Amino acid sequence: MLEFRLKQVRMPELPVEERLKTFNEVALGYSEEQALAEASRCLQCTRPLCVEMCPLHVDIPEFIKLVRLGNYGEAAEKIRQKNCMPSVCGRVCPQEVLCAMGCKNTIGDPINIGALERFVADWELETGAAVPEIRPSTGKSVAVVGSGPAGLSVATELAKRGHHVVVFEALHEPGGVLIYGIPEFRLPKKVVKKEIDYVKKLGVEIKTNVIVGKTLTVDDLFDEGFNAVFLGTGAGLPKLLGIPGENLCGVYSLNEFLLRINLMKAGLFPHKSKTPIKVRGRVAILGARGMDAARSALRLGAEEACIFYQRKVVGRTDDIRRGLEEGVKLHSSTKPVRLIGDEKRWVKLVELVKLKPGQPDRTGKPKLIPEPGSEFLYSAETVIIATEHVPNTIAATNTTRNIKIAEKNKTIIVNQETLEAAIGIFAGGDVVSGAASVIKAIEAGKRAAQSINAHISKH
Amino acid sequence: MANEIIFKEELAPEVKLIKVRAPLIARKAKSGQFIILRVDEDGERIPLTLIDWNPKDGTITLVFKEVGASTKDLGKLGVGDAIHDLVGPLGKPSEIPLHSKVCVIGRGVAIAAAYERAKKMKEAGNNVTAIISARTAKQLIFKEQLKGVCDKLYMVTDDGSEGAKGYANDFLISLLESGEKFDLVYAVGAATLMRSISETTKPYKIKTIVSLNSLMVDGTGMCGCCRVTVGGKPMFACVDGPDFDAHLVDFEEFRARIHMYDEEERIALKIAGECGCRC
Repeated sequence: MLEFRLKQVRMPELPVEERLKTFNEVALGYSEEQALAEASRCLQCTRPLCVEMCPLHVDIPEFIKLVRLGNYGEAAEKIRQKNCMPSVCGRVCPQEVLCAMGCKNTIGDPINIGALERFVADWELETGAAVPEIRPSTGKSVAVVGSGPAGLSVATELAKRGHHVVVFEALHEPGGVLIYGIPEFRLPKKVVKKEIDYVKKLGVEIKTNVIVGKTLTVDDLFDEGFNAVFLGTGAGLPKLLGIPGENLCGVYSLNEFLLRINLMKAGLFPHKSKTPIKVRGRVAILGARGMDAARSALRLGAEEACIFYQRKVVGRTDDIRRGLEEGVKLHSSTKPVRLIGDEKRWVKLVELVKLKPGQPDRTGKPKLIPEPGSEFLYSAETVIIATEHVPNTIAATNTTRNIKIAEKNKTIIVNQETLEAAIGIFAGGDVVSGAASVIKAIEAGKRAAQSINAHISKH
Repeated sequence: MANEIIFKEELAPEVKLIKVRAPLIARKAKSGQFIILRVDEDGERIPLTLIDWNPKDGTITLVFKEVGASTKDLGKLGVGDAIHDLVGPLGKPSEIPLHSKVCVIGRGVAIAAAYERAKKMKEAGNNVTAIISARTAKQLIFKEQLKGVCDKLYMVTDDGSEGAKGYANDFLISLLESGEKFDLVYAVGAATLMRSISETTKPYKIKTIVSLNSLMVDGTGMCGCCRVTVGGKPMFACVDGPDFDAHLVDFEEFRARIHMYDEEERIALKIAGECGCRC
């Protein structure tokens, strides 16, 4: 009995050999019985640190209490009061450094809060989410640019307050990074669609295939009568390494690789998708953000997928573990030097150099420096560059409104409290913070919604 | 209905013109820009140059050649059908010179794009010469329209069935050798054509612009599929182009990259039962 309470109830997962045959979700979610068992482990602290550690301050002990009572609908509503996308956050939040890190169940494993959140959210979406009461129309309207987590969050909050919201999306499908960036095996697209349907039920209008900054400008939006504009355009532009050979055939940016697979379903080529992708032989993934790409490459038949990075692979602990189980290889303390191609300009080799600790930098951590003479070659037919992402500022720059962009990292400069970038124009999510997390973008959206609400109520 | 095809015409074998209802794009379009469309739910995102647009009636005109599975699918749509997704205008507008003597060169289906540039350059008061080329007379599209916007129009066919026999580049060489002078040469067409034109004009130091039809996915700068080295720097054709200074473009690399998926293209055609062979 004691051991039962110490250990987290493990979430069932697809067996490794089955995972690699499809893009189906790997983590299968708790059964009701498992959810009840895990919920029973919560200590119901009076001063819960988990709530503090959650960027959205979801009332975690309270929703877990409702789970224990078998009151899943109310549990979901409890989460939704603070978090507009529980089924997404339950899957993609790095709980181990957020809520679960604050869990005071110190003698045992922390509560698997994410798995419980996912359980109630899926239960709710399965049985049909109750649409909250929407306040009577205020007659005010807000244009939201970008339908990723920040945009959907701001739209949800403003729609609940009775404002008319129109979301503009550049791609042909709404969801932003949830659709184009995160693979199906971590976040099924039908889950995202259900969350978006929920947003639509609040009266939010979503217009795809409109690039604000091209099809329409921010100025046009104000001319059309919108009372405020929110820019949630994300950090979706790739940054290349600037090494020789980067434009060889077979070399992808992380974004292109994931866009082809996630948005264009290139894994289903040629029968159910017309968009191809080339994954052959060994795949080298250059950069710490490459776990999703490596796992996707293995599913597309790569002989080997190896991530070369400097210090630490980016990702949730569970997803990194799953990647390793699936056969992803890691090679730390390395840096690519150049890519070498064949006579037809296809990549065939990656030259890398090993790194060693050098002088400490300003933070006191030793800087990694190349070790002379340690260069080595890795043969690869597909290479994916998975380093940083840069904010997308097409909407912010193609306007007469004075929106300031930071020169160094291309982020939109905003008032840190109100998230206002220029009069009536607000911004939040990755376009302001640089590439961060889904939940932080949702938090920014909520904060922006408050400021926008105040702004349009005054004007 | 949004994205509805309201007019369709076959200009040459496998080359079709469609007029599509797209009021937002028609209002913002500028010379040299393009759109991206998807024919159906499983469709590829394919970029096509804007050939004409009318802000008043809210229509845009596109011309395409049925070369791959996706363009064949597009060719199957008729008047009254709607294109599943249509987004634009994309890319940087072309720089239209003033008071210049310009030579616009296009081949095959790209004559349509050459016509669009020639028209805009003429409207801006330039002296416009056009050299259009194709394999055979039937493929010389936009002849009549070009006559209306060019000071001089030369036609060149590989088989000599109309105009001069030979290639556009050889024709340009003979013009330049006979003392003809241009301030700007604008070339659009296959990679080999653009490269040869670029090599021809370089010793004459004639500013030469090419419009690169790189492969693209999103077309908004997100993926970098269309990247090409220009003047030693990586550029994205979708947001930094599609027009570039020809003398700075790495055409070898450009050509290799646009053929990256030739194998898959053949597979897709085979599946569509249109590979042309009798398999």
